[in-house]
Amino acid sequence: MKANGKAIKYGDNIDTDVIIPARYLNTSSPEELAKHCMEDIDKDFADKVQTGDIMVGGANFGCGSSREHAPIAIKASGISCVIAKDFARIFYRNSINIGLPILECAEASEDIDAGNEVEVNFDTGVITNKTKNKQYKAVAFPPFMQGIINAGGLVEYIKGNN
Amino acid sequence: MAMTMTQKILANAAGLPSVKAGDLIMANLSLVLGNDITAPVAIGEFDKIGAKNVFDRAKVALVPDHFTPNKDIKSAEQALKVRSFAHEQDIVNYFEVGEVGIEHALLPEKGLVAAGDVVIGADSHTCTYGALGAFSTGVGSTDMAAGMATGKAWFKVPEAIKFNLTGKLNKYVSGKDLILHIIGMIGVDGALYKSMEFVGEGVHSLTMDDRFTVANMAIEAGAKNGIFEVDDLTVEYMKEHSAGEYKVFEADPDAEYARVIDIDLSKVPHTVAFPHLPENARTPENWGEVEIDQVVIGSCTNGRISDLRRAAEILKGKKVKKGVRVIVFPATQAIYLEALKDGTLSALVEAGCVISAPTCGPCLGGHMGVLAAGERCVSTTNRNFVGRMGHTESEVYLASPEVAAASAVTGKITAPEEVMK
Repeated sequence: MKANGKAIKYGDNIDTDVIIPARYLNTSSPEELAKHCMEDIDKDFADKVQTGDIMVGGANFGCGSSREHAPIAIKASGISCVIAKDFARIFYRNSINIGLPILECAEASEDIDAGNEVEVNFDTGVITNKTKNKQYKAVAFPPFMQGIINAGGLVEYIKGNN
Repeated sequence: MAMTMTQKILANAAGLPSVKAGDLIMANLSLVLGNDITAPVAIGEFDKIGAKNVFDRAKVALVPDHFTPNKDIKSAEQALKVRSFAHEQDIVNYFEVGEVGIEHALLPEKGLVAAGDVVIGADSHTCTYGALGAFSTGVGSTDMAAGMATGKAWFKVPEAIKFNLTGKLNKYVSGKDLILHIIGMIGVDGALYKSMEFVGEGVHSLTMDDRFTVANMAIEAGAKNGIFEVDDLTVEYMKEHSAGEYKVFEADPDAEYARVIDIDLSKVPHTVAFPHLPENARTPENWGEVEIDQVVIGSCTNGRISDLRRAAEILKGKKVKKGVRVIVFPATQAIYLEALKDGTLSALVEAGCVISAPTCGPCLGGHMGVLAAGERCVSTTNRNFVGRMGHTESEVYLASPEVAAASAVTGKITAPEEVMK
Protein backbone atom coordinates (compact mmCIF):
# COMPACT_ATOMS: atom_id res chain seq x y z
CA MET A 1 0.00 0.00 0.00
CA LYS A 2 1.27 3.46 -0.89
CA ALA A 3 0.35 7.08 -0.24
CA ASN A 4 1.21 9.91 -2.58
CA GLY A 5 0.76 13.61 -2.03
CA LYS A 6 2.03 17.05 -1.29
CA ALA A 7 3.49 17.77 2.15
CA ILE A 8 1.70 20.10 4.55
CA LYS A 9 4.19 20.95 7.27
CA TYR A 10 3.85 21.95 10.94
CA GLY A 11 6.25 22.25 13.91
CA ASP A 12 6.73 20.54 17.27
CA ASN A 13 4.04 19.80 19.88
CA ILE A 14 1.03 20.03 17.57
CA ASP A 15 -1.68 19.42 20.17
CA THR A 16 -5.13 17.94 19.76
CA ASP A 17 -6.74 21.28 20.68
CA VAL A 18 -5.34 22.82 17.51
CA ILE A 19 -6.00 19.71 15.42
CA ILE A 20 -9.67 19.97 16.36
CA PRO A 21 -10.69 22.66 18.88
CA ALA A 22 -12.99 21.50 21.70
CA ARG A 23 -15.67 23.98 20.64
CA TYR A 24 -16.44 21.62 17.74
CA LEU A 25 -16.61 18.48 19.87
CA ASN A 26 -20.37 18.69 20.18
CA THR A 27 -20.43 16.51 17.09
CA SER A 28 -18.60 13.35 16.08
CA SER A 29 -19.40 13.59 12.36
CA PRO A 30 -16.07 13.14 10.49
CA GLU A 31 -17.13 15.56 7.71
CA GLU A 32 -18.09 18.28 10.22
CA LEU A 33 -14.87 17.80 12.16
CA ALA A 34 -12.79 17.95 8.96
CA LYS A 35 -14.17 21.42 8.18
CA HIS A 36 -12.45 22.77 11.31
CA CYS A 37 -9.30 20.65 11.30
CA MET A 38 -6.14 22.68 12.11
CA GLU A 39 -8.03 25.99 11.85
CA ASP A 40 -6.55 27.52 15.02
CA ILE A 41 -2.99 27.39 13.63
CA ASP A 42 -3.72 27.21 9.89
CA LYS A 43 -7.08 28.71 9.03
CA ASP A 44 -6.81 27.84 5.33
CA PHE A 45 -6.07 24.15 5.92
CA ALA A 46 -9.55 22.84 5.09
CA ASP A 47 -9.54 24.79 1.81
CA LYS A 48 -6.04 23.94 0.67
CA VAL A 49 -5.81 20.25 1.63
CA GLN A 50 -6.06 17.85 -1.32
CA THR A 51 -7.01 14.21 -1.00
CA GLY A 52 -3.81 12.23 -0.56
CA ASP A 53 -1.76 15.05 0.97
CA ILE A 54 0.73 14.09 3.65
CA MET A 55 0.93 15.92 6.98
CA VAL A 56 4.41 16.35 8.41
CA GLY A 57 4.97 17.39 12.04
CA GLY A 58 7.90 17.64 14.45
CA ALA A 59 8.26 16.16 17.92
CA ASN A 60 5.38 15.07 20.19
CA PHE A 61 2.71 15.33 17.48
CA GLY A 62 -0.84 14.93 18.83
CA CYS A 63 -0.09 15.77 22.46
CA GLY A 64 -2.89 16.68 24.82
CA SER A 65 -6.40 15.33 24.92
CA SER A 66 -7.45 11.75 24.15
CA ARG A 67 -10.06 12.94 21.66
CA GLU A 68 -10.24 10.43 18.81
CA HIS A 69 -11.89 13.29 16.94
CA ALA A 70 -8.34 14.53 16.20
CA PRO A 71 -7.16 11.67 13.95
CA ILE A 72 -10.75 11.34 12.64
CA ALA A 73 -10.67 15.00 11.53
CA ILE A 74 -7.25 14.59 9.88
CA LYS A 75 -8.32 11.43 8.07
CA ALA A 76 -11.66 12.90 6.93
CA SER A 77 -9.88 15.98 5.59
CA GLY A 78 -8.21 13.75 3.00
CA ILE A 79 -4.75 13.42 4.56
CA SER A 80 -3.35 10.00 3.62
CA CYS A 81 -0.56 9.76 6.17
CA VAL A 82 1.06 11.69 9.04
CA ILE A 83 4.84 11.67 9.43
CA ALA A 84 6.45 13.10 12.57
CA LYS A 85 9.62 12.87 14.61
CA ASP A 86 7.53 11.18 17.29
CA PHE A 87 3.92 11.08 18.44
CA ALA A 88 2.11 11.51 21.74
CA ARG A 89 1.05 8.02 22.77
CA ILE A 90 -2.74 8.34 22.88
CA PHE A 91 -2.81 10.00 19.45
CA TYR A 92 -0.58 7.24 18.09
CA ARG A 93 -2.87 4.54 19.42
CA ASN A 94 -6.02 6.30 18.23
CA SER A 95 -4.62 6.73 14.72
CA ILE A 96 -3.79 3.03 14.42
CA ASN A 97 -7.19 2.12 15.84
CA ILE A 98 -9.13 4.19 13.29
CA GLY A 99 -6.88 3.35 10.35
CA LEU A 100 -4.98 6.62 9.85
CA PRO A 101 -1.44 5.59 8.85
CA ILE A 102 1.22 7.39 10.88
CA LEU A 103 4.96 7.01 10.70
CA GLU A 104 7.79 8.06 12.99
CA CYS A 105 10.80 9.31 11.07
CA ALA A 106 13.02 12.10 12.45
CA GLU A 107 14.93 12.58 9.19
CA ALA A 108 11.79 12.91 7.04
CA SER A 109 10.23 15.20 9.64
CA GLU A 110 13.19 17.56 9.40
CA ASP A 111 14.02 17.32 5.72
CA ILE A 112 10.62 17.44 4.03
CA ASP A 113 9.55 21.00 3.22
CA ALA A 114 6.01 22.26 2.72
CA GLY A 115 4.86 21.53 -0.81
CA ASN A 116 7.33 18.67 -1.48
CA GLU A 117 5.87 15.72 -3.38
CA VAL A 118 6.12 12.71 -1.09
CA GLU A 119 5.46 9.00 -1.55
CA VAL A 120 5.12 6.59 1.37
CA ASN A 121 5.38 2.83 1.05
CA PHE A 122 3.68 1.36 4.13
CA ASP A 123 4.93 -2.15 3.45
CA THR A 124 8.59 -1.17 3.52
CA GLY A 125 8.41 2.00 5.65
CA VAL A 126 10.33 3.85 2.92
CA ILE A 127 9.42 7.51 2.46
CA THR A 128 10.44 9.06 -0.87
CA ASN A 129 10.75 12.81 -1.33
CA LYS A 130 10.23 13.12 -5.08
CA THR A 131 10.92 16.87 -5.11
CA LYS A 132 14.32 16.47 -3.45
CA ASN A 133 14.95 13.01 -4.88
CA LYS A 134 15.73 11.61 -1.43
CA GLN A 135 14.62 8.61 0.61
CA TYR A 136 14.09 8.18 4.35
CA LYS A 137 13.36 5.04 6.36
CA ALA A 138 10.60 5.12 8.97
CA VAL A 139 10.39 3.00 12.13
CA ALA A 140 8.52 -0.19 11.25
CA PHE A 141 5.32 -1.15 13.09
CA PRO A 142 5.70 -3.98 15.60
CA PRO A 143 3.98 -7.17 14.31
CA PHE A 144 1.15 -6.87 16.84
CA MET A 145 0.22 -3.44 15.53
CA GLN A 146 0.67 -4.58 11.94
CA GLY A 147 -2.10 -7.08 12.70
CA ILE A 148 -4.47 -4.28 13.69
CA ILE A 149 -3.50 -2.26 10.59
CA ASN A 150 -3.93 -5.24 8.28
CA ALA A 151 -7.38 -5.88 9.74
CA GLY A 152 -8.33 -2.26 8.99
CA GLY A 153 -8.38 -0.99 12.57
CA LEU A 154 -9.09 -2.28 16.06
CA VAL A 155 -12.82 -2.91 15.57
CA GLU A 156 -12.23 -5.19 12.59
CA TYR A 157 -9.33 -6.82 14.39
CA ILE A 158 -11.55 -7.75 17.34
CA LYS A 159 -14.31 -8.99 15.04
CA GLY A 160 -11.75 -11.18 13.29
CA ASN A 161 -10.51 -12.64 16.55
CA ASN A 162 -13.93 -13.42 18.02
CA MET B 1 13.49 -9.89 36.34
CA ALA B 2 13.13 -6.78 38.52
CA MET B 3 10.06 -4.70 37.75
CA THR B 4 8.82 -1.16 38.32
CA MET B 5 5.52 -0.59 40.13
CA THR B 6 3.63 -0.16 36.85
CA GLN B 7 5.21 -3.26 35.35
CA LYS B 8 4.12 -5.33 38.36
CA ILE B 9 0.52 -4.15 38.05
CA LEU B 10 0.48 -4.88 34.32
CA ALA B 11 2.02 -8.35 34.79
CA ASN B 12 -0.64 -9.15 37.37
CA ALA B 13 -3.46 -7.96 35.09
CA ALA B 14 -2.06 -9.96 32.18
CA GLY B 15 -1.64 -13.10 34.28
CA LEU B 16 2.09 -13.18 33.61
CA PRO B 17 4.88 -13.90 36.12
CA SER B 18 6.82 -10.92 34.84
CA VAL B 19 6.95 -8.35 32.05
CA LYS B 20 9.65 -6.02 30.78
CA ALA B 21 9.64 -2.67 29.01
CA GLY B 22 8.58 -3.06 25.37
CA ASP B 23 6.51 -6.24 25.86
CA LEU B 24 3.09 -6.19 24.22
CA ILE B 25 0.52 -7.63 26.60
CA MET B 26 -3.23 -8.14 26.85
CA ALA B 27 -4.47 -7.04 30.27
CA ASN B 28 -7.76 -7.52 32.09
CA LEU B 29 -9.42 -4.22 32.92
CA SER B 30 -10.81 -3.20 36.31
CA LEU B 31 -12.78 -0.27 34.89
CA VAL B 32 -13.54 1.38 31.53
CA LEU B 33 -14.49 5.07 31.55
CA GLY B 34 -16.02 7.47 29.06
CA ASN B 35 -17.59 10.92 29.06
CA ASP B 36 -20.17 12.83 27.02
CA ILE B 37 -17.63 13.70 24.29
CA THR B 38 -15.76 10.42 23.93
CA ALA B 39 -18.47 7.88 24.81
CA PRO B 40 -20.78 8.75 21.85
CA VAL B 41 -17.98 7.80 19.42
CA ALA B 42 -17.22 4.69 21.51
CA ILE B 43 -20.87 3.63 21.50
CA GLY B 44 -20.86 3.80 17.69
CA GLU B 45 -17.74 1.61 17.55
CA PHE B 46 -19.19 -0.77 20.17
CA ASP B 47 -22.17 -1.32 17.86
CA LYS B 48 -19.84 -1.93 14.90
CA ILE B 49 -17.98 -4.62 16.85
CA GLY B 50 -21.34 -6.35 17.10
CA ALA B 51 -21.15 -6.80 20.87
CA LYS B 52 -24.56 -7.12 22.50
CA ASN B 53 -23.57 -6.39 26.10
CA VAL B 54 -20.75 -4.69 27.92
CA PHE B 55 -18.32 -7.15 29.53
CA ASP B 56 -19.43 -6.17 33.04
CA ARG B 57 -22.08 -3.53 33.70
CA ALA B 58 -20.43 -2.65 37.04
CA LYS B 59 -17.04 -2.10 35.42
CA VAL B 60 -18.05 0.57 32.93
CA ALA B 61 -18.36 4.18 34.13
CA LEU B 62 -20.16 6.78 32.03
CA VAL B 63 -19.67 10.31 33.30
CA PRO B 64 -21.25 13.11 31.25
CA ASP B 65 -19.16 15.97 32.63
CA HIS B 66 -17.71 17.96 29.71
CA PHE B 67 -20.54 19.91 28.10
CA THR B 68 -23.08 19.35 30.88
CA PRO B 69 -25.37 20.84 32.03
CA ASN B 70 -26.00 20.66 28.29
CA LYS B 71 -24.49 23.73 26.63
CA ASP B 72 -26.36 23.50 23.32
CA ILE B 73 -28.60 21.21 21.30
CA LYS B 74 -25.80 19.13 19.81
CA SER B 75 -24.32 18.58 23.27
CA ALA B 76 -27.74 17.60 24.59
CA GLU B 77 -27.97 15.01 21.82
CA GLN B 78 -24.56 13.60 22.72
CA ALA B 79 -25.56 13.43 26.39
CA LEU B 80 -28.79 11.70 25.37
CA LYS B 81 -26.85 9.09 23.38
CA VAL B 82 -24.79 8.26 26.47
CA ARG B 83 -27.88 8.22 28.73
CA SER B 84 -29.77 5.88 26.38
CA PHE B 85 -26.83 3.49 26.12
CA ALA B 86 -26.41 3.52 29.91
CA HIS B 87 -30.07 2.62 30.35
CA GLU B 88 -30.07 -0.07 27.65
CA GLN B 89 -26.97 -1.69 29.11
CA ASP B 90 -28.08 -1.12 32.70
CA ILE B 91 -24.74 0.51 33.48
CA VAL B 92 -24.31 0.72 37.26
CA ASN B 93 -22.00 3.72 37.25
CA TYR B 94 -23.80 6.24 35.07
CA PHE B 95 -24.09 9.65 36.70
CA GLU B 96 -26.83 12.10 35.80
CA VAL B 97 -26.65 15.86 36.38
CA GLY B 98 -27.31 16.17 40.11
CA GLU B 99 -25.01 13.23 40.83
CA VAL B 100 -22.36 13.87 38.24
CA GLY B 101 -19.01 15.45 38.97
CA ILE B 102 -15.78 15.80 37.05
CA GLU B 103 -14.87 12.21 36.24
CA HIS B 104 -11.38 12.10 37.74
CA ALA B 105 -12.53 13.56 41.04
CA LEU B 106 -15.75 11.54 41.04
CA LEU B 107 -14.46 8.00 40.49
CA PRO B 108 -11.99 7.95 43.41
CA GLU B 109 -14.59 9.65 45.63
CA LYS B 110 -17.12 6.92 44.76
CA GLY B 111 -14.56 4.22 45.54
CA LEU B 112 -14.54 2.96 41.95
CA VAL B 113 -10.75 2.86 41.61
CA ALA B 114 -8.19 1.35 43.96
CA ALA B 115 -4.54 0.39 44.24
CA GLY B 116 -3.51 -2.37 41.86
CA ASP B 117 -6.34 -1.69 39.38
CA VAL B 118 -5.87 -1.38 35.63
CA VAL B 119 -8.14 1.38 34.33
CA ILE B 120 -8.58 2.84 30.86
CA GLY B 121 -10.60 5.95 30.23
CA ALA B 122 -11.46 7.81 27.06
CA ASP B 123 -10.07 10.98 28.57
CA SER B 124 -6.41 11.83 28.73
CA HIS B 125 -6.50 12.75 32.42
CA THR B 126 -7.48 9.20 33.37
CA CYS B 127 -3.88 8.98 34.64
CA THR B 128 -5.17 10.74 37.81
CA TYR B 129 -5.90 7.43 39.61
CA GLY B 130 -2.19 6.70 39.82
CA ALA B 131 -2.44 8.74 43.03
CA LEU B 132 -4.06 5.63 44.56
CA GLY B 133 -1.41 3.22 43.27
CA ALA B 134 -3.47 2.12 40.27
CA PHE B 135 -2.31 1.85 36.67
CA SER B 136 -4.64 4.12 34.76
CA THR B 137 -4.22 5.68 31.37
CA GLY B 138 -6.10 7.67 28.77
CA VAL B 139 -7.17 6.06 25.51
CA GLY B 140 -9.40 6.99 22.60
CA SER B 141 -12.98 6.03 21.88
CA THR B 142 -12.18 2.91 19.86
CA ASP B 143 -10.05 1.50 22.68
CA MET B 144 -12.89 2.35 25.05
CA ALA B 145 -15.35 0.48 22.81
CA ALA B 146 -13.08 -2.55 22.65
CA GLY B 147 -12.62 -2.38 26.43
CA MET B 148 -16.38 -2.24 27.02
CA ALA B 149 -16.90 -5.22 24.71
CA THR B 150 -14.06 -7.47 25.87
CA GLY B 151 -12.91 -6.24 29.29
CA LYS B 152 -9.37 -6.24 27.96
CA ALA B 153 -6.89 -3.85 26.38
CA TRP B 154 -3.45 -4.27 24.85
CA PHE B 155 -0.54 -2.31 26.21
CA LYS B 156 3.09 -1.86 25.39
CA VAL B 157 4.80 -2.18 28.78
CA PRO B 158 6.43 1.18 29.55
CA GLU B 159 9.77 1.94 31.13
CA ALA B 160 9.68 4.49 33.93
CA ILE B 161 11.19 7.65 35.31
CA LYS B 162 11.54 7.52 39.08
CA PHE B 163 10.96 10.68 41.10
CA ASN B 164 12.50 10.39 44.55
CA LEU B 165 10.72 12.91 46.75
CA THR B 166 12.19 14.18 50.00
CA GLY B 167 11.23 16.98 52.40
CA LYS B 168 7.95 18.86 52.58
CA LEU B 169 6.30 21.57 50.48
CA ASN B 170 6.37 25.09 51.90
CA LYS B 171 3.27 26.99 52.98
CA TYR B 172 1.17 28.16 50.01
CA VAL B 173 3.03 25.72 47.73
CA SER B 174 1.05 22.65 46.65
CA GLY B 175 0.86 19.70 44.29
CA LYS B 176 0.24 21.95 41.28
CA ASP B 177 3.50 23.81 41.81
CA LEU B 178 5.28 20.46 42.09
CA ILE B 179 3.95 19.03 38.83
CA LEU B 180 4.44 22.29 36.88
CA HIS B 181 7.99 22.42 38.28
CA ILE B 182 8.58 18.85 37.05
CA ILE B 183 7.09 19.47 33.59
CA GLY B 184 9.22 22.61 33.35
CA MET B 185 12.23 20.44 34.09
CA ILE B 186 11.57 17.50 31.73
CA GLY B 187 9.35 19.12 29.06
CA VAL B 188 5.99 18.24 27.53
CA ASP B 189 7.52 15.13 25.95
CA GLY B 190 9.95 14.43 28.79
CA ALA B 191 8.13 11.25 29.80
CA LEU B 192 6.80 10.26 26.37
CA TYR B 193 5.50 6.64 26.43
CA LYS B 194 6.88 6.25 29.98
CA SER B 195 5.56 5.91 33.54
CA MET B 196 6.29 8.54 36.12
CA GLU B 197 6.72 6.83 39.49
CA PHE B 198 6.65 8.97 42.62
CA VAL B 199 8.34 7.46 45.64
CA GLY B 200 10.30 8.41 48.74
CA GLU B 201 9.63 9.80 52.19
CA GLY B 202 8.45 13.09 50.66
CA VAL B 203 5.36 11.29 49.34
CA HIS B 204 4.02 10.90 52.88
CA SER B 205 3.90 14.67 53.36
CA LEU B 206 1.65 15.15 50.33
CA THR B 207 -2.11 15.16 50.85
CA MET B 208 -4.19 12.82 48.69
CA ASP B 209 -5.52 15.87 46.85
CA ASP B 210 -1.93 16.94 46.06
CA ARG B 211 -1.17 13.45 44.76
CA PHE B 212 -4.27 13.50 42.54
CA THR B 213 -3.12 16.84 41.10
CA VAL B 214 0.38 15.54 40.35
CA ALA B 215 -0.76 12.23 38.81
CA ASN B 216 -3.43 14.10 36.82
CA MET B 217 -0.85 16.10 34.89
CA ALA B 218 1.52 13.21 34.10
CA ILE B 219 -0.02 13.26 30.60
CA GLU B 220 1.20 16.85 30.24
CA ALA B 221 4.74 15.44 30.25
CA GLY B 222 3.67 12.88 27.64
CA ALA B 223 3.58 10.05 30.19
CA LYS B 224 1.53 6.90 29.81
CA ASN B 225 0.75 7.04 33.51
CA GLY B 226 1.79 8.68 36.76
CA ILE B 227 1.78 6.55 39.87
CA PHE B 228 2.44 7.01 43.59
CA GLU B 229 3.63 4.40 46.04
CA VAL B 230 0.87 3.39 48.44
CA ASP B 231 1.22 4.51 52.06
CA ASP B 232 -1.02 4.69 55.15
CA LEU B 233 -2.78 7.78 53.84
CA THR B 234 -3.67 6.04 50.57
CA VAL B 235 -5.09 3.06 52.46
CA GLU B 236 -7.05 5.36 54.76
CA TYR B 237 -8.50 7.16 51.71
CA MET B 238 -9.49 3.93 49.98
CA LYS B 239 -11.15 2.53 53.12
CA GLU B 240 -13.04 5.74 53.64
CA HIS B 241 -14.44 5.61 50.09
CA SER B 242 -14.98 1.92 49.46
CA ALA B 243 -15.30 -1.47 51.08
CA GLY B 244 -13.75 -3.01 47.98
CA GLU B 245 -10.47 -4.83 47.61
CA TYR B 246 -7.18 -3.27 46.75
CA LYS B 247 -3.76 -4.69 46.03
CA VAL B 248 -0.52 -2.94 46.84
CA PHE B 249 2.41 -3.34 44.45
CA GLU B 250 5.88 -2.03 45.15
CA ALA B 251 8.70 -1.61 42.67
CA ASP B 252 11.55 -4.06 43.11
CA PRO B 253 14.54 -2.36 44.77
CA ASP B 254 16.71 -3.26 41.76
CA ALA B 255 14.16 -2.25 39.09
CA GLU B 256 15.69 -0.39 36.16
CA TYR B 257 14.63 3.14 35.40
CA ALA B 258 15.17 5.25 32.29
CA ARG B 259 16.02 8.13 34.58
CA VAL B 260 15.98 8.93 38.31
CA ILE B 261 15.21 12.46 39.46
CA ASP B 262 15.57 13.62 43.07
CA ILE B 263 13.28 16.40 44.22
CA ASP B 264 13.50 18.17 47.56
CA LEU B 265 9.92 19.35 48.10
CA SER B 266 11.07 22.19 50.37
CA LYS B 267 12.83 23.72 47.35
CA VAL B 268 9.80 23.66 45.03
CA PRO B 269 8.89 27.27 44.22
CA HIS B 270 5.56 28.80 43.21
CA THR B 271 5.31 27.86 39.56
CA VAL B 272 3.12 29.22 36.77
CA ALA B 273 3.08 27.79 33.23
CA PHE B 274 2.96 30.65 30.74
CA PRO B 275 1.30 30.34 27.31
CA HIS B 276 1.18 28.15 25.30
CA LEU B 277 2.71 24.98 26.75
CA PRO B 278 2.64 23.48 30.26
CA GLU B 279 6.46 23.27 30.10
CA ASN B 280 6.81 27.07 30.06
CA ALA B 281 7.19 27.04 33.83
CA ARG B 282 8.21 30.28 35.46
CA THR B 283 8.99 31.15 39.07
CA PRO B 284 7.88 34.47 40.65
CA GLU B 285 11.02 36.42 39.75
CA ASN B 286 10.19 35.81 36.08
CA TRP B 287 6.47 36.55 36.15
CA GLY B 288 6.71 40.25 35.43
CA GLU B 289 3.49 42.28 35.37
CA VAL B 290 0.79 40.14 33.78
CA GLU B 291 -2.63 41.71 34.11
CA ILE B 292 -5.54 39.29 33.96
CA ASP B 293 -9.23 39.29 33.05
CA GLN B 294 -10.37 35.98 34.49
CA VAL B 295 -9.48 33.40 37.12
CA VAL B 296 -10.72 29.81 37.03
CA ILE B 297 -10.43 27.65 40.14
CA GLY B 298 -11.52 24.04 39.66
CA SER B 299 -11.22 21.13 37.18
CA CYS B 300 -10.02 17.53 37.45
CA THR B 301 -6.63 18.97 38.36
CA ASN B 302 -7.57 21.37 41.18
CA GLY B 303 -11.29 21.22 41.97
CA ARG B 304 -11.06 19.14 45.16
CA ILE B 305 -11.97 20.29 48.64
CA SER B 306 -8.45 21.21 49.77
CA ASP B 307 -7.98 23.22 46.56
CA LEU B 308 -11.10 25.24 47.31
CA ARG B 309 -10.07 25.68 50.94
CA ARG B 310 -6.61 26.90 49.94
CA ALA B 311 -8.18 29.47 47.62
CA ALA B 312 -10.69 30.50 50.28
CA GLU B 313 -7.98 30.91 52.91
CA ILE B 314 -6.39 33.55 50.69
CA LEU B 315 -9.60 35.24 49.54
CA LYS B 316 -11.39 35.26 52.91
CA GLY B 317 -12.08 38.80 54.04
CA LYS B 318 -10.65 40.25 50.81
CA LYS B 319 -12.23 41.36 47.55
CA VAL B 320 -11.63 40.22 44.02
CA LYS B 321 -10.02 43.04 42.02
CA LYS B 322 -12.68 45.07 40.22
CA GLY B 323 -12.92 43.96 36.59
CA VAL B 324 -11.63 40.42 37.20
CA ARG B 325 -14.06 37.53 36.80
CA VAL B 326 -13.42 34.64 39.21
CA ILE B 327 -15.21 31.38 38.45
CA VAL B 328 -15.01 28.51 40.96
CA PHE B 329 -15.98 24.96 40.01
CA PRO B 330 -16.19 22.42 42.82
CA ALA B 331 -15.38 19.14 41.05
CA THR B 332 -18.19 17.01 42.50
CA GLN B 333 -21.46 17.38 44.34
CA ALA B 334 -19.90 15.99 47.54
CA ILE B 335 -17.09 18.55 47.34
CA TYR B 336 -19.66 21.28 46.66
CA LEU B 337 -21.66 20.26 49.71
CA GLU B 338 -18.63 20.02 51.96
CA ALA B 339 -17.43 23.45 50.83
CA LEU B 340 -20.94 24.79 51.39
CA LYS B 341 -21.16 23.44 54.91
CA ASP B 342 -17.72 24.48 56.11
CA GLY B 343 -18.00 28.08 54.95
CA THR B 344 -15.53 27.79 52.06
CA LEU B 345 -18.10 28.79 49.47
CA SER B 346 -19.41 31.73 51.48
CA ALA B 347 -15.86 33.06 51.87
CA LEU B 348 -15.40 32.80 48.11
CA VAL B 349 -18.77 34.35 47.23
CA GLU B 350 -18.27 37.18 49.72
CA ALA B 351 -14.94 37.91 48.04
CA GLY B 352 -16.72 38.22 44.71
CA CYS B 353 -16.30 34.78 43.10
CA VAL B 354 -19.10 33.02 41.26
CA ILE B 355 -19.67 29.33 42.05
CA SER B 356 -20.51 27.06 39.13
CA ALA B 357 -21.87 23.55 38.74
CA PRO B 358 -19.36 20.70 38.49
CA THR B 359 -18.34 20.59 34.80
CA CYS B 360 -15.19 20.50 32.66
CA GLY B 361 -16.68 23.39 30.63
CA PRO B 362 -14.19 26.26 30.87
CA CYS B 363 -11.01 24.16 30.94
CA LEU B 364 -11.42 23.19 27.30
CA GLY B 365 -13.15 26.34 26.13
CA GLY B 366 -16.49 24.57 26.04
CA HIS B 367 -18.76 26.78 28.12
CA MET B 368 -19.08 28.60 31.46
CA GLY B 369 -16.07 30.88 31.08
CA VAL B 370 -14.86 31.08 27.45
CA LEU B 371 -12.23 33.75 26.69
CA ALA B 372 -12.35 36.52 24.04
CA ALA B 373 -9.42 37.62 21.89
CA GLY B 374 -6.73 39.31 23.96
CA GLU B 375 -8.06 38.10 27.32
CA ARG B 376 -5.80 36.51 29.90
CA CYS B 377 -6.83 33.88 32.43
CA VAL B 378 -5.03 32.44 35.43
CA SER B 379 -6.39 28.94 35.69
CA THR B 380 -5.90 25.95 37.97
CA THR B 381 -6.64 23.68 34.99
CA ASN B 382 -4.11 21.60 33.06
CA ARG B 383 -3.56 22.92 29.53
CA ASN B 384 -2.62 26.31 28.13
CA PHE B 385 -2.48 25.42 24.44
CA VAL B 386 -3.42 27.96 21.76
CA GLY B 387 -7.20 28.44 21.91
CA ARG B 388 -7.63 25.99 24.77
CA MET B 389 -10.07 28.18 26.74
CA GLY B 390 -11.50 30.19 23.87
CA HIS B 391 -10.18 32.55 21.22
CA THR B 392 -6.82 31.68 19.66
CA GLU B 393 -5.55 35.08 20.78
CA SER B 394 -6.48 34.50 24.43
CA GLU B 395 -3.88 33.37 26.96
CA VAL B 396 -4.00 30.80 29.74
CA TYR B 397 -1.58 30.80 32.68
CA LEU B 398 -1.63 27.55 34.65
CA ALA B 399 -1.27 27.97 38.39
CA SER B 400 -2.02 26.54 41.83
CA PRO B 401 -5.24 27.49 43.68
CA GLU B 402 -3.11 29.65 46.00
CA VAL B 403 -1.57 31.66 43.15
CA ALA B 404 -4.92 31.86 41.35
CA ALA B 405 -6.60 33.27 44.48
CA ALA B 406 -3.82 35.78 45.13
CA SER B 407 -3.97 36.87 41.48
CA ALA B 408 -7.73 37.35 41.80
CA VAL B 409 -7.10 39.88 44.58
CA THR B 410 -4.49 41.95 42.74
CA GLY B 411 -5.66 41.50 39.14
CA LYS B 412 -2.23 40.32 38.03
CA ILE B 413 -0.23 37.14 38.49
CA THR B 414 0.78 37.24 42.12
CA ALA B 415 2.46 35.04 44.73
CA PRO B 416 0.23 34.25 47.75
CA GLU B 417 2.72 35.78 50.22
CA GLU B 418 2.16 39.19 48.68
CA VAL B 419 -1.48 39.29 49.73
CA MET B 420 -1.02 37.39 53.02
CA LYS B 421 1.44 39.76 54.68
